[in-house]
Amino acid sequence: MTAQIAAFLTVDGVTTGSIYVLIALGFVLIFAVTRVIFVPFGDIAAFTALTLSALQTKHLPGTVGLVAALAALATLLEVIRLARARRPGQIPRALLFYLVLPLIPAAAVWATAGMTLPLPVTIILALALILPIAPLLDRVVFRPIADGTVLLLLTVSVALHFALVGLGLLFFGPEGVRTEPMSDYMVMVAGVPVSGQTLMIMAAAVIFSGLLFLFFEFTITGKSLHATAVNRTGARLMGIRPERAGTIAYLLGSLLAGISGILISPVNTIFYDSGFLIGLKAFVGAIIGGLVSFPVTAIGALFVGILESFAAFQNSAFKEVIVFGVLIPVLMWRSYTFAHSEEDIDE
Amino acid sequence: MTSRRMQVSALAVGVLLLIAAPWVLAPFSITLMNYIGLYALVALGLVLLTGVGGMVSFGQTAFMGIAAYSTAWMTTVMHGSPWLGLVLALVLTALVAAILGAVTLRLKGHFLSLGTIAWGLAIYFSFGNLPGLGQNTGLPDVPPITIAGISLEASGRIYFLIWFLLLVAIWLSHNLLGSRMGRAMQALRGGTSMVESLGINAFGVKLVTFVIAAMMAAFAGWIYAHMIRYVNPTPFDVTMGIEFLMMAMVGGSGYLSGAIVGAALITLLQNSLQDWLPVVFPKSAGQLEVVVFSALFILFLQYAREGIVPFVAGLLPKQAPPRPARAEPLARRSQPTPGLPLLSVEAATRRFGGLVAVDEVSFELKSGEILGLIGPNGAGKSTMFNLVTGALRPSAGTIRFAGQDITPAAQRKIAQAGIARTFQHVKLRPRMTLLDNVMLGTHTRTKASFLAGMLRLDRAEEARARQVAMDDLARVGLDADPYELAGNLPLGNQRVLEIARALAADPVLLVLDEPAAGLRRQEKLRLAELLANLRKEGLTILIVEHDMEFVMNLVDRIVVMEFGRKLCEGTPAEIRADTRVQEAYLGGVA
Repeated sequence: MTAQIAAFLTVDGVTTGSIYVLIALGFVLIFAVTRVIFVPFGDIAAFTALTLSALQTKHLPGTVGLVAALAALATLLEVIRLARARRPGQIPRALLFYLVLPLIPAAAVWATAGMTLPLPVTIILALALILPIAPLLDRVVFRPIADGTVLLLLTVSVALHFALVGLGLLFFGPEGVRTEPMSDYMVMVAGVPVSGQTLMIMAAAVIFSGLLFLFFEFTITGKSLHATAVNRTGARLMGIRPERAGTIAYLLGSLLAGISGILISPVNTIFYDSGFLIGLKAFVGAIIGGLVSFPVTAIGALFVGILESFAAFQNSAFKEVIVFGVLIPVLMWRSYTFAHSEEDIDE
Repeated sequence: MTSRRMQVSALAVGVLLLIAAPWVLAPFSITLMNYIGLYALVALGLVLLTGVGGMVSFGQTAFMGIAAYSTAWMTTVMHGSPWLGLVLALVLTALVAAILGAVTLRLKGHFLSLGTIAWGLAIYFSFGNLPGLGQNTGLPDVPPITIAGISLEASGRIYFLIWFLLLVAIWLSHNLLGSRMGRAMQALRGGTSMVESLGINAFGVKLVTFVIAAMMAAFAGWIYAHMIRYVNPTPFDVTMGIEFLMMAMVGGSGYLSGAIVGAALITLLQNSLQDWLPVVFPKSAGQLEVVVFSALFILFLQYAREGIVPFVAGLLPKQAPPRPARAEPLARRSQPTPGLPLLSVEAATRRFGGLVAVDEVSFELKSGEILGLIGPNGAGKSTMFNLVTGALRPSAGTIRFAGQDITPAAQRKIAQAGIARTFQHVKLRPRMTLLDNVMLGTHTRTKASFLAGMLRLDRAEEARARQVAMDDLARVGLDADPYELAGNLPLGNQRVLEIARALAADPVLLVLDEPAAGLRRQEKLRLAELLANLRKEGLTILIVEHDMEFVMNLVDRIVVMEFGRKLCEGTPAEIRADTRVQEAYLGGVA
């Protein structure tokens, strides 16, 4: 392997790694606040890419139906809950949050379907349409078992992933998509061509990691999220609603996943089920960060990207095997340095 | 005895029906039964792993796949016999499971689960890419299994092998759960510190359970390869992993029969979904199947986590098993000569970052005495307690027990050396009977391995251990209903039950963490009487306690701690008269 190839692979790896960074940060964020290991997170990224592609090819994206169905289901559950709790006064507010707000982007996409829209508008539409999915899934799927063990939540999360993949096939069909590149800018760095797309991906990773950091350090909402992560009951006593903190975490996480989906789709062909692999690789990064540390997670996710790039060059058939195989030494390291963190009691 | 006779006859009828099935049912139903049997075998492993041991694996399909590919490679590429294939399948699967378990089982439970997903995928991709394994087309022409010259090619024949293996696996698992190691498996959910305090190697038990579950998947994979006669990667996708988990949990995780019930229900449901989904949704039936399944599973996990078997069992009339027949109890160890030093703590120090919780504390405990460790809140009593029992390691200083330096020893080793403890917050297994809870205490005194438990070679030792537990239950006054579930006892009695469990270990030193907390006056008096009796039998006792009246009337000597240091020690009368102690408790003598 020449230095040139190594440099090329590194750039490629950092690009993929940056995508994983965005998704991995979302994983850690959601896990910290809700204790849910949100496996379908990669699916959210893939669905964003598929939505964007549908908008660009002037089709009505299947996401509209998905959002509408989820909003209806969540609203139904919420209205039933409020009616049972004899708090009908809160129903209008529930309708606003669970039905009207999610349906606004869906309606906007519906109304503009078939029109030729400038690229930034399609991107914003795609993101706006994707954002409600995870919070609605949280309401429908996770909130009834919010106090369950991490393992129960994980099991549900895996089942949810398979449901979403099935729905993805139903709504988007089996064809893979590649969206239009966002720029044709190209620059040579140390003899390696670096595209504008690559630069944008890297910039997004840096900017959003930074924003996330600022959000947690300097805003009250960020601090209340952190408080919920540290101690749910304590946060509740301080007047923080864990459900609300969870919703914010899901929204932020979806935004990160959505952006990564939009950034990756001009580079890689995305299928309805591509999300699982992307998500799981980001997950390896999150595990390196022990599902707690944001900076270590980011470094871990970058490492996974670079490893994947070199693995693909050495032996493309086994790149997945190599990437997931790296979990073994990572987990071994964690098991010896954090052996005392283990204390799970159920029942 | 009628209840037992009914159970046995129900079992006999069930087995007869299974044997008769190939002559009664249509060939298609037999094929369905074959799948149910195979899936139940995998689900059975998950019942042990998830339901009993509390570990969740999504990767059982990968183990099944390793086994299927091993035997397919052995028979088609190497032209060996399917039986050689079985050996290779079992060895390889066990090896992979052991490595995966070894690196994840020390971590929190979800790391194992995530590890199984990632490894399930990695192994799945390997099948499609390894050059010798026919890539994505797979390995065709796998020969059928032959037993004594009889080929099991027909589905009506392999049926017998499948259900025979399944019934044997259930029998072995049933035996295992009623044995020493089976109890240890059931204890795992109570948390590592409890399990280790009983002298059980929690990691080891988890690892063996994980490998056993993988072995069951391996048997299923081996048969699968020779039944389908063709192996390719598709059936070993991670999707199937969640279906197995669903079978185990829907049937009733924790119940062996739940594996069959779950496998039958899911397989039949899948079959009927495949029938009617295309009728309702002609275009998208295939996609909807997985959606319907996942949605049903989520609903199940949200609202009916217990599963079918426990629900049905709750409707049937219950009859407590008869009291066990008397047996010779396990041999007891000889207690050391009273009055000689048994435990000596020398300048023990424990720091948490900048905080010094225990600061150069020294004291000595003599055989046959009761020593009270008291002090105001935050004095470092609990930390001291954890240092003695090995739950924490001292930052400096040494702790000697019976002449041995136990400072660096693991909690489990300390338990094995003869120190038994109770917990401030009671740690029992609420779903296990009083008898089983106390029998957990005998773990260090018994030897039966996993294998001995499965093959019922442990019956003599088991009877003796049961006798010990019965005796200890009687000693603490809880022998009225040994088959009551521990979770049904009031808190006071749960504390007493913990003491019985500690006594079942036949300890040299009994260490009690606030045993009188939450007890009513009568219960306290009874507890004090029990402890005084134990002292008469030569047992040495260390008590950490808040209740002054209880301590003063019971113990021989007292060590007082304040702000991590030892304030003083002496007889109860001396301590009562000590002005420093009065100051520590009352904030200065006016």
